[in-house]
Amino acid sequence: MTTQAVRPYLAAFRARFLLVLQYRAAALAGFATQLWWGAIRILVFAAFYGVNAAAAPIGLTDVVTYVWLGQALLALQPWLADPEVGQAVRSGGVGYDRLRPLDAYGYWYVRTVGWMLARALPRAVLMVLAAAIVLPLVGLGDWAWRPPSGVTAALLFIPAFILMTMLAAAVLMLANIIVAASLNERGVNAVLAPLVIVFSGSLLPLDFYPDAWRPFLHVQPLAGLVDIPFRIYFADLTGNAALRGLALQAGWTVVLIALGRFAMERMMRRLEMQGG
Amino acid sequence: MPQILVEALAKTYRVAERAPGLTGAMRGLVRRRWREVHALADVSFSLEAGELLAFIGPNGAGKSTTVKILSGILRPSSGRVEVDGLVPYEDRVRHVARIGVVFGQRSQLWWDLPVIDGFDLLADIYRVDPERYRRRRDELVAMLRLEPLLDQPVRQLSLGQRMRAEFAAALLHDPAILFLDEPTIGLDAPSKLAVRDFVRRLNREQGVTVLLTTHDMHDVEALAERVIVIGQGRLLTDGPFESLRASVLAERRLHIDFAGTAPELGIPGVTVRARTERSLELAFDPAKIPTPKLIADITARHAVDDIHVDEPAIEEVIARFYDLHDAGEA
Repeated sequence: MTTQAVRPYLAAFRARFLLVLQYRAAALAGFATQLWWGAIRILVFAAFYGVNAAAAPIGLTDVVTYVWLGQALLALQPWLADPEVGQAVRSGGVGYDRLRPLDAYGYWYVRTVGWMLARALPRAVLMVLAAAIVLPLVGLGDWAWRPPSGVTAALLFIPAFILMTMLAAAVLMLANIIVAASLNERGVNAVLAPLVIVFSGSLLPLDFYPDAWRPFLHVQPLAGLVDIPFRIYFADLTGNAALRGLALQAGWTVVLIALGRFAMERMMRRLEMQGG
Repeated sequence: MPQILVEALAKTYRVAERAPGLTGAMRGLVRRRWREVHALADVSFSLEAGELLAFIGPNGAGKSTTVKILSGILRPSSGRVEVDGLVPYEDRVRHVARIGVVFGQRSQLWWDLPVIDGFDLLADIYRVDPERYRRRRDELVAMLRLEPLLDQPVRQLSLGQRMRAEFAAALLHDPAILFLDEPTIGLDAPSKLAVRDFVRRLNREQGVTVLLTTHDMHDVEALAERVIVIGQGRLLTDGPFESLRASVLAERRLHIDFAGTAPELGIPGVTVRARTERSLELAFDPAKIPTPKLIADITARHAVDDIHVDEPAIEEVIARFYDLHDAGEA
């Protein structure tokens, strides 16, 4: 019975995941870009630490790992609305989505997760090869991506990663819904990308920002996308702090999903399919 | 209790209006003016299980809007709709599990997936029991001759091939009701015939209720016992096609090839529609002048090579009907 209930969603996820996974050229190009930017970001951090390492809230080796992890999982960041949604809205395919005997939000959500994971997976594998294996082999171990700091950190990173993905998809769903309501993805993407890059900690770990901002930065929803899971990875967040981080991720995921469901319901009521 | 019940259905869209040009666009930024468009004004009808109903009407008449409301995609502005006891847009998930829909201008298969993968995916989405799915799929593949297409990605299919696959896709979950929105649009003649033949078999042999919209009057002639004509959001007529024809244009046409030069006939009640050197096309009302009598009169007085009787083309009947009701596209 339960398997019957989730069967459509698993199938929709699998189909999207397998389809997007086939875009090898895009994965290679993405990997190359992210490798390049990772190197530049690390050089900038190195220059900064060379001037005043004591002022930094996190050690240089951890920052290097933070950068590589971020570059590897960049495709999991919700800074682009799912292109399939924009396309479905313009082509009228969204009408067929309404004809499926499924929860409308869940149907889009699983497809968005499939899209994100399929884009992230090959890039992440290549980045592990390059930054965690090749760099130490060629004698650049100081600049390499380190494994998780200890077994506890590794174990805690598993739920943190899952929650980060779920949270990212919940953010993207809000973007998707705005795309569907406005019939255009440009506006959403233009606003979304800078917000996500700054507030997730993708640009800088959130502790690098001024003290006065931090109480806010550490509780806002986007912190759960990069800052929290990555600091769990290198054991900067441990024990209760790590659990609080996970709770924050989970809490915001629930809130954003609820918000998205509400918005989607309203959007679908207003939905108009013209022509034809 | 009919299977489909529609009462006083109305759907109004709000369309933003703006004056032309740059000033108009600027003014639109500040204050937007809305205009109401009545896609459906007042439509009522009902349909019994197993019926086959064709919905016709000019572009913009509200046919597609009706189908979209009945299938649960749109909600009406007012009126009442029940399909199998469910209100489509209130009980969407339960409703859509029981219906199949084909939009002639859109695709429900996955563009990049082979046809068979799309079918498998739909079986999962509709939670069709695997054993039943296999049987149903094989049956549809045989009926629609899809076997050679199954491994091809949908984007590589011709329109005719794709429509056949679309029909199978809409029927894998064995719906009792099928909505078809312009299913033959853009198809070549053999594909149209295949689609009509398939829809007829589905309706006659499997008892599937079919509601289709079309502009192709041959679809209507070949398929529907019952026709609803709508124009400007209102229902203009509902009944068998023959009574529509009788009410609009109870006219016969007589085509005569003469052995010599075509004569001036001058028979009251008969008009000459076309004339060539040696032939005439006449129009008359068979209720006033019986066809055999007219033929006998003419052949008695003139040497005739060939003669045949026909009726106005169905397109002509419909065009005349739209004119009578002032229902053409605004």
